[in-house]
Amino acid sequence: MVALPFNSRRPRRPPAMAAAGDRALRARATITALVVFVLAASILSLGVGAAGVSLPDVLWQLASGEALGLRDRVVLFDIRLPRLLTGLLVGASLAVSGAVMQGLFRNPLADPGIVGVGAGAGLGAVLAIVLGAMLPPAVLAVAGMHLVPLAAFLGGWASTLVLYRVSTRRGRTSVATMLLAGIALGALAGALTGILVYIADDQQLRDLTFWGLGSLAGASWAKLAAAAPIMVLALIAAPVLARALNGLALGEAAASHMGISVQRMKNLAILTVAGATGAAVAVSGGIGFIGIVVPHLLRLAMGPDHRYLLPAAALLGAGLLLLADMIARLVIAPAELPIGIVTAVLGGPVFLWILLRRRGIVDM
Amino acid sequence: MIRAALLTAMLAAPAAAQDRVVVIGGGLAEIVYALGQEHRLVGRDTTASFPPAVNDLPDLGYMRALSPEGLLQLDPDLILASDGAGPLETIQIMQAADVPFVQITEAPSMDAVLERVEQVAQHLHAQDAGAQLVETLRADFAALAEQTAQVSTPRRVMFVLSAQGGRINAAGRDTGASAMIQMAGAVNAFDDFAGYRLLTDEAIAAAAPDVILMMDRDGDHALSDAQITGHPALGLTPAAQNGQVIRMNGIYLLGFGPRTAQAARDLHKAIYPALTHQGG
Repeated sequence: MVALPFNSRRPRRPPAMAAAGDRALRARATITALVVFVLAASILSLGVGAAGVSLPDVLWQLASGEALGLRDRVVLFDIRLPRLLTGLLVGASLAVSGAVMQGLFRNPLADPGIVGVGAGAGLGAVLAIVLGAMLPPAVLAVAGMHLVPLAAFLGGWASTLVLYRVSTRRGRTSVATMLLAGIALGALAGALTGILVYIADDQQLRDLTFWGLGSLAGASWAKLAAAAPIMVLALIAAPVLARALNGLALGEAAASHMGISVQRMKNLAILTVAGATGAAVAVSGGIGFIGIVVPHLLRLAMGPDHRYLLPAAALLGAGLLLLADMIARLVIAPAELPIGIVTAVLGGPVFLWILLRRRGIVDM
Repeated sequence: MIRAALLTAMLAAPAAAQDRVVVIGGGLAEIVYALGQEHRLVGRDTTASFPPAVNDLPDLGYMRALSPEGLLQLDPDLILASDGAGPLETIQIMQAADVPFVQITEAPSMDAVLERVEQVAQHLHAQDAGAQLVETLRADFAALAEQTAQVSTPRRVMFVLSAQGGRINAAGRDTGASAMIQMAGAVNAFDDFAGYRLLTDEAIAAAAPDVILMMDRDGDHALSDAQITGHPALGLTPAAQNGQVIRMNGIYLLGFGPRTAQAARDLHKAIYPALTHQGG
């Protein structure tokens, strides 16, 4: 993984100015290292798994013109490849969303949960699991097995819209109001979820638990086709925000004096995060900690300049989620651990260790 | 000559050749063992835990969160799964990999148990053993029917799933426990809700069950007799006052596998100890 050069007690400078010189150099080196890391993790992720299909063997078979066995083909192309791509996109989406949120709210604790996407998506999923069977058969036939991801996505969007309406007056969005309203909406969604949990039967309860812990095991080409365009769009949009987020670090007034259209940038940021997180949560359930650990790790390693932070977060998030997924599918094979457990078990202690080594992390 | 005979035997055999079977669902696993086909099993899920030998098989995790790669790792040529097994993506991948994924209903009723035995036997090409087992089960159910026919006033039974922190979680309609209580010739004390619910003390007192039924396991789930009589609501019930508390093994009572008839008869005996003395 990336080494963390802890430069001691450097006076805090506005990030837009600090970007010059050695920091930019270090950021480029970090990003290069991350590209190598993600490539390595991808190759590893295609090569390992419970089924014992090894990548070199398969490549050798392909190179020598032999036809692949049906089982090898299914394992590689129907299980591991969609899972790899889903892992890359979900990891990148969660980490970038976290970085954008922390920049937008100028709050180190912000993550997509705060704009209500997490709670809304969770409520959507729970609704679909518990009450899905009550829908008219025609709807069920169309939505089919994608009912839960679809509901999660819509739930995430609906709650973001509500928050946005609540916190926007005369074309100006107050991030402070949004933060507070997000907490209120989260509590409300939690209460509604509680009611649904109460009326759920045993099997639905188990489904709820597993959904909440997240997994990439359900990755399929069909799901990827539905969710990938949204995540890719959001990931493409994110770098556009970099300069504006750097400006915003100085405060809203300073940012608009710098010629940044603050309201447009807020709209774009909220749209990006709602899209990326909504789609990520929809395909993989609740995966914690990537959105909060990854940006903080990177700020320590290369500084807070969003021009480097956002692409680096995408890379580190993707790579870490792939690693977590490999652990999830190998430790108790042939069964599988929910990936949310792996990310939290690894992410929690790492985060605590960072906090111990460097308390200054919270005044970013 | 001998070779030719062997060859024809081999040609006739392939339909029965599945010897790498994965079973998903506790009741189904029990049926496979009861049919004497356990040597063909290569994997099971967490709900399969009886007979104890089944625990030696690789565990695929919870039956609704099966990992496709985990299943393929076991290289199965047949997957016998309860209809609750999933997720759908995993089932679709098994179909893509040409692994037969057979789903069998796990409904909690006598007919469903017999049907399950027949289906499992058919898929394992063990129809003879299946027919025999069905015969035994039918005889058991018939004997049970004879016993329950003697019941003139059915007793009201309350099934307590858990009692964490003094809060009683009991079985309502449409539960395996409710089905067993009925099979044993009694009635469920709670039929105004479906599934399992946490009950208020007043609801328990109002239902006034004659018998309390529980699973005999360790931990905070099981209540001792002293805890039952000391409980503000349970203590007031006729069941507690007359010491009518039955504890049975959970998988035995609620597995709905080949031991169901036996379990129902045991439960009947425990609920109506006086009746069975006459019936033998």
